[in-house]
Amino acid sequence: MYRYDQYDRQLVNERVAQFRNQMERYVAGEISDTEFLPLRLQNGLYIQRLAPMLRIAVPYGLLSSTQLRQLAYIARHYDKGFVHFTTRQNVQLNWPVLEEVPDILADLAKVEMHSIQTSGNCVRNTTSDQFAGIAPDEIEDPRPWCELIRQWSTLHPEFAFLPRKFKIAVSGSESDRAAILVHDIGLQIVKNGDGELGFAVYVGGGLGRTPVIGSLICEFLPWRHLLTYLNSILRIYNRYGRRDNKFKARIKILVKAWSAEKFAAKVDEEWQHHKDGPLTLTQEEVERIKGFFTLPEYKTIDGADAERALQSQALDNIDFQRWLKRNVIDHRVPGYAAVTLSLKPTGTAPGDVTDAQLEAIADLADAYSFGEARSTHNQNLVLADVEKSALFSLWQELQALGFATPTVGTLNDIICCPGGDFCSLANAKSIPIAEAIQRRFDDLDYLYDLGDLSLNISGCMNACGHHHVGNIGILGVDKKGEEFYQIQLGGSSDENATLGTVLGPSFTQGDVPEVVAKIIQVYVDNRQEDELFIDAYNRIGLAPFKESVYAKAD
Amino acid sequence: MPKLIKGDQVVEDNWHFVGLEDTDYSTYDRVILPLAKWLELDDAARLGGHTAPWIDSGEEFEEAFAKVLQAPMVVVHFPVFMDGRGFSTAEILRNRGGYQGELRAVGNLIQDQLFFLKRCGFDSYQLREGTDLEAAVRSLQDFSVTYQTSADTDIPLFRRR
Repeated sequence: MYRYDQYDRQLVNERVAQFRNQMERYVAGEISDTEFLPLRLQNGLYIQRLAPMLRIAVPYGLLSSTQLRQLAYIARHYDKGFVHFTTRQNVQLNWPVLEEVPDILADLAKVEMHSIQTSGNCVRNTTSDQFAGIAPDEIEDPRPWCELIRQWSTLHPEFAFLPRKFKIAVSGSESDRAAILVHDIGLQIVKNGDGELGFAVYVGGGLGRTPVIGSLICEFLPWRHLLTYLNSILRIYNRYGRRDNKFKARIKILVKAWSAEKFAAKVDEEWQHHKDGPLTLTQEEVERIKGFFTLPEYKTIDGADAERALQSQALDNIDFQRWLKRNVIDHRVPGYAAVTLSLKPTGTAPGDVTDAQLEAIADLADAYSFGEARSTHNQNLVLADVEKSALFSLWQELQALGFATPTVGTLNDIICCPGGDFCSLANAKSIPIAEAIQRRFDDLDYLYDLGDLSLNISGCMNACGHHHVGNIGILGVDKKGEEFYQIQLGGSSDENATLGTVLGPSFTQGDVPEVVAKIIQVYVDNRQEDELFIDAYNRIGLAPFKESVYAKAD
Repeated sequence: MPKLIKGDQVVEDNWHFVGLEDTDYSTYDRVILPLAKWLELDDAARLGGHTAPWIDSGEEFEEAFAKVLQAPMVVVHFPVFMDGRGFSTAEILRNRGGYQGELRAVGNLIQDQLFFLKRCGFDSYQLREGTDLEAAVRSLQDFSVTYQTSADTDIPLFRRR
């Protein structure tokens, strides 16, 4: 993974010093609340319903065991002993003390971490595929490109006061596991006819109040031009994005107002001033960054032998089989596999991990996966480089820790924002809804029979729980002070991303699990052979679901 | 006389800022005029060193680009400190236009924006009323490391590593 040199280290240390000074001036009353707001947000600090919240950047989801241990220490020392993994691969502390935040940032800096631009109207953490570098369908590892973008966007002087937040995601595989079509900029790594590497550039995707699928504005951007082109997009957005209404300030509104063609033309015109300028990437720099993402020292293993040995271990062990089927995926290197640690055991807020668990995960990363772990936008963790011969013992350890829930990719692998229990923006709670659904669907055989099915919950229309792109999406709404839940069907966040359609009038909290059960039953009654929920929905449409859910009882 | 930061010094401001609605400013020796008003002046008045244009946040100035680049000073107005369009204005004037004169940021700016303002090419700064300018000057030095190119950095860090 990327390691800081003296420049990176100095910059992060200077950022800590700057924020310490800002905090002192704020506490002394020299900075007003209004002025402090963007300063603290650009350091990831929110003032929440019950306490401040600090969002820590995990660049493209990569964490070392040292960083995991430091997060554990921070959670224990400064917070209530747990952290929350978000849908943007970041980490949140829910109970820090305001005045201690500079100390937390200093402790993060010791392990090459920070909270720079994890909130505010600026370029946020660049996200990517949790299986980067190991996926069999990968065209090119997206992480070096994410790191180049991270450095370019960090403390960018021109783009610190954008109309609104700005999110970039990069996918290097044919299957999009980074949801790039619902980002302000989505970059898909491609190769042209000559084998040259470049990017297909999508802009104006996003969730929130006005969900939109991104538009393609450049089919093939040669890699050298990545930063000059991004700079041009950002400049157009900074100058022309709406600032009169925060609900219409995201780039998607500008792209819609202008049309993707006009937007592309404006960017191209701006780009002529930057193209081939000093920000043009060099082979040398790309190689330098790629040098941080080299393959670990894999053993030479006979893949077929390893697979045979694994299958014989799994023989007569249905629990292990289940886990292998749902939580383990193939690796590019023979004899290895990637393991997803489910952070979704029933009864725990999705994405929450305690300090002791973080330390245990760090130990597992050291023992089984070259000392690294990854966070996913589905709020799970991944150990990406596990020898197949070690899977059985890893599984046993994960069971003891509660991370072996064999439900990855199923209905119970719910994406869920912190919701009304924590967040001051939320209209409704989301964590209890997730738990009620998990309890309703506690039969593993039934879950497996349903297959891949995403269920996403957001406590408000800001859509941190990505409800628009869940096969089943649940949105908390406020009706005259009461919490209700609207249900959408048919969303997906992969390379064929679609937005869900609202089923109809909303439901009370208590009704939600039964409504989900009815929706599932319609699918089961209608599916053809192994058809997935999303495919069945696309074939039969909303009507049968609507009929069943809103049918009057006789 | 009001003060501002010029370079890294606190100095007296000997320019008078003329708002869009102001009509009577004949008593002032040096005036900063709304761009449209400044463009109406004859060459002698525009280039004599006693007038300068101010460009509002979001104001289209490219049509008058050549004339603006001749001004002895260009002023960019930030109506609220969260409105970051002026940063791009400065970059365009410096990088694309090669503007060499004084580039001044005025409006409701805060101390913590000084470093970014400087990087985008501003060299004088009027901060919001009540700012302790002597203390604020320090924020010009908030960082000694920068990754990107900008008006004050031709070569990105990756070409210097």
